Amino acid sequence: MLSFNNVSFTYPGDIGPIMENLSFSVAQGDFISIIGASGCGKSTIFRLINGLEKPEKGSITIDDTPIEKLHNYSSFMPQKDLLFPWHSVRKNVCLPMELARIPKSERKSRCLDVLKNAGLTDYADKMPHELSGGMRQRVSFARTLLAGADMLLLDEPFSALDYLTKINMQEWLLQQWEHYNKSILFITHDVEEAIFLSKTIFVIRSVPFRSMDEISVPLPYPRRREDLATQPIIELREKLFESLRKERVK
Amino acid sequence: MKKYIPPIFLGMGLLLLWQLIAMLIDAPYILPSPIEIVYEIIELRTALFTVHLPSTMYVTFVGLSISVVLGLTLAVLMDVFPSVHRTVYPIVIASQTIPTTAIAPLFVLWFGYTAWSKILVTVLMTFFPITISVFDGFKSSKREMEELLMTYGASKKDIFIKLKIPTALPSFFSSIKMAIPLSVIGAAIAEWLGAQSGLGYFSKRMMTQLNGPGVFAPIVILSIAAMLAVALVSIIENKAIKWRKEI
Ligand SMILES: Nc1ncnc2c1ncn2[C@@H]1O[C@H](COP(=O)(O)OP(=O)(O)OP(=O)(O)O)[C@@H](O)[C@H]1O
Ligand SMILES: [Mg+2]
Repeated sequence: MLSFNNVSFTYPGDIGPIMENLSFSVAQGDFISIIGASGCGKSTIFRLINGLEKPEKGSITIDDTPIEKLHNYSSFMPQKDLLFPWHSVRKNVCLPMELARIPKSERKSRCLDVLKNAGLTDYADKMPHELSGGMRQRVSFARTLLAGADMLLLDEPFSALDYLTKINMQEWLLQQWEHYNKSILFITHDVEEAIFLSKTIFVIRSVPFRSMDEISVPLPYPRRREDLATQPIIELREKLFESLRKERVK
Repeated sequence: MKKYIPPIFLGMGLLLLWQLIAMLIDAPYILPSPIEIVYEIIELRTALFTVHLPSTMYVTFVGLSISVVLGLTLAVLMDVFPSVHRTVYPIVIASQTIPTTAIAPLFVLWFGYTAWSKILVTVLMTFFPITISVFDGFKSSKREMEELLMTYGASKKDIFIKLKIPTALPSFFSSIKMAIPLSVIGAAIAEWLGAQSGLGYFSKRMMTQLNGPGVFAPIVILSIAAMLAVALVSIIENKAIKWRKEI
């Protein structure tokens, strides 16, 4: 279980902090979305979790162990796919394992397994520029999975995709989540996407923020698109829209 | 192939114009015609191709190789150690303002008519563009990709090998293609200033004999040699870099 304990953070050179005394926790196996206006600090939360930034105050722990003492507890998938253009799909996907010095034979079998599951087997030897946007995001996701951590940090992975591809990818992501039994933290701007995917939605309402509203989505898994049209969900969506809009006005 | 047709036509047109003007002037020691130059090359082929071309190519090749090794080493050191960057970079830039051709005679004084005086001129002319391009190539790697690799637990060395080297590869090839003509010019100038063989030296000797076509013949050969070398590098480049479309 991941927890933030009274975490404060300010970017060097910035006037004010981004977050102050922030505490929250995420249980193993959860699917959590984080929504909030642009620039409110969503990606910063991920940078703190994966150690690219250090909290100014407070601590981040996983099962009560500070993350500084842990390795490979989270896998980060950036907004842009950031595939290495000089490597084939296969080599891109294997890169995290290569860096973790995992033996070649094991790399190969795990890679084949994940590619197969992602429907990418036929594309293993293609170069990234030969793939469509949706395909590239799948490859990027496969790479994130093979980084091997139990917690996946996905930063607006589908925001650059067209509507239909996005919907397909959302369904695909849920299948992958159920199959691999990982915890997912998912940043998005898209309220509907957050509702469709997550168990709980964290809403950032102000800058700097001390807490996030935690809203659980009253829908069982597996999710169905039609469920989004039911009354409680429509109300939830309106409520979320409203809170995001208010923040924009401030 | 189609895209080559217009430049070929233009080139032929210019050659034709040159031929006509040369025939009008009718003074080969002032402006030899292309046909006269070709005849001269055929006439002097033994000396040109067995003595002078190899001599110049040797200087070019050794000089360029030294520049590549030196340039790559320095670019890597500057990228890895900011202190080296701060100390060396201004000097490398300043070294470029040295009028190489003006101090080349000094090298002849130091090294005599050996290949080394000429190699030094070549190195001075090509070392800078290679160092700077490769260094800039390293620096142009994406910060986001570096951070992504860091989240995979990559060390500095991993980042260098997995990210910086591939990123810099296109700049490396461009710098080599830029350095080839420079090195040929460097070698020829050095030979012109003082040497006992080489195409530059040959051209100068023809000059003293007022042999216009003889002055041009080695220059034409040099240009063709440089073009062929650049073409060869381009072929290797296309084999090595298949992802350029993307960037
Ligand atoms: N490296 C940095 N140095 C200084 N300030 C930064 C840095 N990175 C981000 N910021 C600032 O911190 C704030 C929060 O950034 P962050 O990237 O976390 O926002 P975000 O919620 O992910 O936004 P978006 O939805 O646009 O991705 C922004 O105002 C941004 O300008
Ligand atoms: Mg962001």
